[in-house]
Amino acid sequence: MVNPCVQLKTPLGDEVLRLRAGDCVELSGTVYTARDEAHMRMQEAGIPFDPQGAAIYHCGPVILDNRIVAAGPTTSARMNELSGFLIDRGVRALIGKGGMGSTVREQLKGKGVYLAFTGGCAALASARMKLKGVFFEDLGMAEAVWAIELDHLPLVVGIDANGNDLFDSVMKKAASEYRCYRESGSACGPCRKE
Amino acid sequence: MQEPDTDPIRSALADATFLAYREAVIRLPPDVKRAIERASASETNPVARGEFANIIRNISLAEELAVPLCQDTGVPIVYLTLPPEVPLTSTVYDAVAEGVRHATREVPLRPNVVDPITRKNTGNNTGAGMPAIHVKPGDRFTVTILPKGAGAENVSRIAMLLPSQKDQIENFIVETVLNAGGKPCPPVILGVGIGGTFDGAAALAKEALLLPVDWMDETEEKICRAVNRLGIGPMGLGGATTALAVKIKTAGCHTASLPVAVNVQCWANRHATVEVKW
Repeated sequence: MVNPCVQLKTPLGDEVLRLRAGDCVELSGTVYTARDEAHMRMQEAGIPFDPQGAAIYHCGPVILDNRIVAAGPTTSARMNELSGFLIDRGVRALIGKGGMGSTVREQLKGKGVYLAFTGGCAALASARMKLKGVFFEDLGMAEAVWAIELDHLPLVVGIDANGNDLFDSVMKKAASEYRCYRESGSACGPCRKE
Repeated sequence: MQEPDTDPIRSALADATFLAYREAVIRLPPDVKRAIERASASETNPVARGEFANIIRNISLAEELAVPLCQDTGVPIVYLTLPPEVPLTSTVYDAVAEGVRHATREVPLRPNVVDPITRKNTGNNTGAGMPAIHVKPGDRFTVTILPKGAGAENVSRIAMLLPSQKDQIENFIVETVLNAGGKPCPPVILGVGIGGTFDGAAALAKEALLLPVDWMDETEEKICRAVNRLGIGPMGLGGATTALAVKIKTAGCHTASLPVAVNVQCWANRHATVEVKW
């Protein structure tokens, strides 16, 4: 009944180019957390890990005694204008929640994918994670770059390498539903679009 | 008449605040879990079903491992009921703040509270006016913690409608959800405050999030259906469930006003109440 998920392991290669928006993926291997501050630091000071085939996780985890307590995704759109240099340097996957803008959609074409993890699922995330190391710890717990080993983290392809964007198509449909709702009045019955 | 000793109040209230905070960030209320399970069962979209499966697994893992559901453990919104024998003094406010600092260290919670301009983090989830404490008289001495995350709070809205725009209330709510898209981590719960004043409507909207979400009246049900026709779905990836529930609270307002506030809440509608024993 449920489609089997595509199994992926870092470092990622051309296999990500075959993924389609809406596909279910389970990712294993190393990911690097990065939020706003870490992106800005990496632009100035360089990327502290090998970006070739790497996956970036938009996340500000709660770490206690070198243990990951909670590590759900943060809103990726804040990194809309900060991600191009990573993709240019070989990063194959950006992971987060809420999707990303058209700039990133273009940058990912032929290169990589955006993977969505369910917002708020920090306990599920931490149960599938092991802490491996940290860079830029002076940025503080939420903003530092944490190297994390993933064990089959369940994700959805939000934006594929062909420019298909699930978030964008859902919101376009929502906007057309809303227009229909406005036109037919608040007491309207079932409303079919097109 | 004997003056009540305030010290036992202080430590008992601090302890109860700590316990309520820990409970709230780890375990969702039963009515919220019921609403999530019900919505999950009715989803046919495979992506939405996958998102619900993650949410449900996450809820049980958080309970099992006794860790927070979400790394955004919010800012502390606190509702107190004070019985006649508990005086409302600064001790009450201090005790709640002490419980919040304790929870931040022990649970642990992510330190989220910063100065609004310098953005300097206080490190302990307290600050000027934070925790936000709302006090009402009651029969029992209770503390309720509603940890409010930023993703959903940031897309909340208020409108000062005209009395002639009563039929615009539903549209304002639907439009709020459309503008929010996937940002508030849908499926959301919409707390709606209608009436009162500019500030009062917002406070009502937040309080409405404490109402049971596995039941709606006819008006709430109708608005919820209109919202769900948008098809934004869990996490904005599409599906039948954009809102789990709409909950409305009303208050009397000026004859020339119609304030409407929508406080958006992610699926993790966290809150817990603990009775203060002293």
